[in-house]
Amino acid sequence: MQKWKEKAVKLGLLGASSTSILIVLLIFFYLIKEALPFALDPGLSSLSGSLWAPTSMLKESFGILPLLTGSLLVTAMATIIAIPVGVIAAIYISEIARPAEREVLKPFIELLAALPSVVIGFFGLVVFVPLVKSVFGLSTGLTALTGALLLALMAIPTIISISEDAISSVPSSYKQASLALGASKLETIFKITVPAALSGIVASITLGIGRVIGETMAVLMVTGNAAVVTMNPLTSVRTMTATIAAEMGEVAFGSHHYRALFWVALILLGITFALNILAQKALSKYKLG
Amino acid sequence: MAKKKTEKIVYGVIWFVTYLVVFMVGYIIFDIVIKGLPAISWGFLTQMPAKSGSQGGILPAIVGTFYLVIGTVAIALPLGIASAIYLNEYSKPSTFTRMIRLGISTLAGVPSIVFGLFGMGLFVLALGFGKSILAGSLTLACMVLPTIIVASEEALKAVPDSMREGSLALGATKWQTIYKNVLPYALPGMLTGSILGIGRAAGETAPIIFTVAATLLPRLPRSIFDQVMALPYHLYMLATQMPNQTTIKPMQYGTAFVLLVIVLGVDVVAIIFRSRLRRKNKW
Repeated sequence: MQKWKEKAVKLGLLGASSTSILIVLLIFFYLIKEALPFALDPGLSSLSGSLWAPTSMLKESFGILPLLTGSLLVTAMATIIAIPVGVIAAIYISEIARPAEREVLKPFIELLAALPSVVIGFFGLVVFVPLVKSVFGLSTGLTALTGALLLALMAIPTIISISEDAISSVPSSYKQASLALGASKLETIFKITVPAALSGIVASITLGIGRVIGETMAVLMVTGNAAVVTMNPLTSVRTMTATIAAEMGEVAFGSHHYRALFWVALILLGITFALNILAQKALSKYKLG
Repeated sequence: MAKKKTEKIVYGVIWFVTYLVVFMVGYIIFDIVIKGLPAISWGFLTQMPAKSGSQGGILPAIVGTFYLVIGTVAIALPLGIASAIYLNEYSKPSTFTRMIRLGISTLAGVPSIVFGLFGMGLFVLALGFGKSILAGSLTLACMVLPTIIVASEEALKAVPDSMREGSLALGATKWQTIYKNVLPYALPGMLTGSILGIGRAAGETAPIIFTVAATLLPRLPRSIFDQVMALPYHLYMLATQMPNQTTIKPMQYGTAFVLLVIVLGVDVVAIIFRSRLRRKNKW
């Protein structure tokens, strides 16, 4: 009797832990199932165009190029801002700050990660949008740059938190050896500690980019959502996530537009999945993740 | 001497960059508290919205978010804790275990809007729950599951092996040991860790747009198959649909403030609870 119960419990727990795999498989299955018919009619080639006009009266057009470049532009700018800021702050917190200062700084910066993205988007709308507008003398502050600034804010806590863990897990014998050889504290940080923690820092950046590219609400609120192919940071862009969020609610079930949006989601999922695998590879060295 | 001067400048730059981040965090919170607090009144918290949300209160959005959080916890917590028990207590290194771990980390990286699409497809349409509290809670539960599993596993790892060995040596079975001698010590840690993930569920917008959120529904929900308003989506509507009316500003800031208080309040409670726990459970 007892033996049966033990077995049943184990099986139940095994079932519960399999739900994660099940959900992932269901997500992939469902996205593919809804996207696939589009490949037959009107065909995948219609996704490659540079005009996204899914509701045009004259001729519907599903070129996802402007959405890809929109996401790419915003993500690239956010990453360029967030990497130096995040890594430098991680260095300060882990190597330079006094212990008491560190105890306050880390949780305080992690508060930023806890703020809902819609709150950050709202803050961007009332503070950053007018700021960008007046600094660059534009007719509207709803630009790719505004979105990138907000996204950088959202990636920074991820980068700081994981980089800081990686930097502080560098054995102190490395640093002591460097200092004993006459290197200054700064030389030790930049030539010994940071290189030794590099794979953790790379992982933090990859996870940060993953968060940025999948972020929806903040970009939807501040980038202006014009689907144009551009690399100009001061114009309005429309990202993949914002397109799904803005259009899925009004689309006719099963229409070409509906299926095109699922292709956008599938591409998005593919990108984040690849980034996640990369980050896990880099982190496995530390066994942090 | 020149070297010393450059070092000083480098230190200065590092300090400045770090405190710039701190300043931004402080500025966001300060701005919302200072401008949101005056908008809070008894009426704002307890009245129905009027004139498409530009007047009146936000009661249905508060209640809606509350229901969604309860629903998410009820689904994700048992599932997450059971997964963590299996992974930490039963699983052996195998391909299947690696698959589960890969599944969890993949799930943690799925963009929130994709969860929204998935929830719409599976729960709203295929299972026929419609736009409802049930569909929204299930979607949010999928999203917070990885956080809860990771937090619960940490709590289980913190229970020393001697607790397990002592119980097993006295003839208890594996499950009796886990149930009587491991879980009671790990449970508070599991709960606090999980609360941090649940705070995220309260603030998410993208997963609920297609699965539960109503733009304007000035009544309270009647069942789990009812749509509800939710604070994050309400803030999104207020911020983007009528941004240029000056009278709407207090409504926006008030809603942002209430959302912030709920999300950060939940986190602060969890953190205080955890630090108390650490002092109590010393072995």
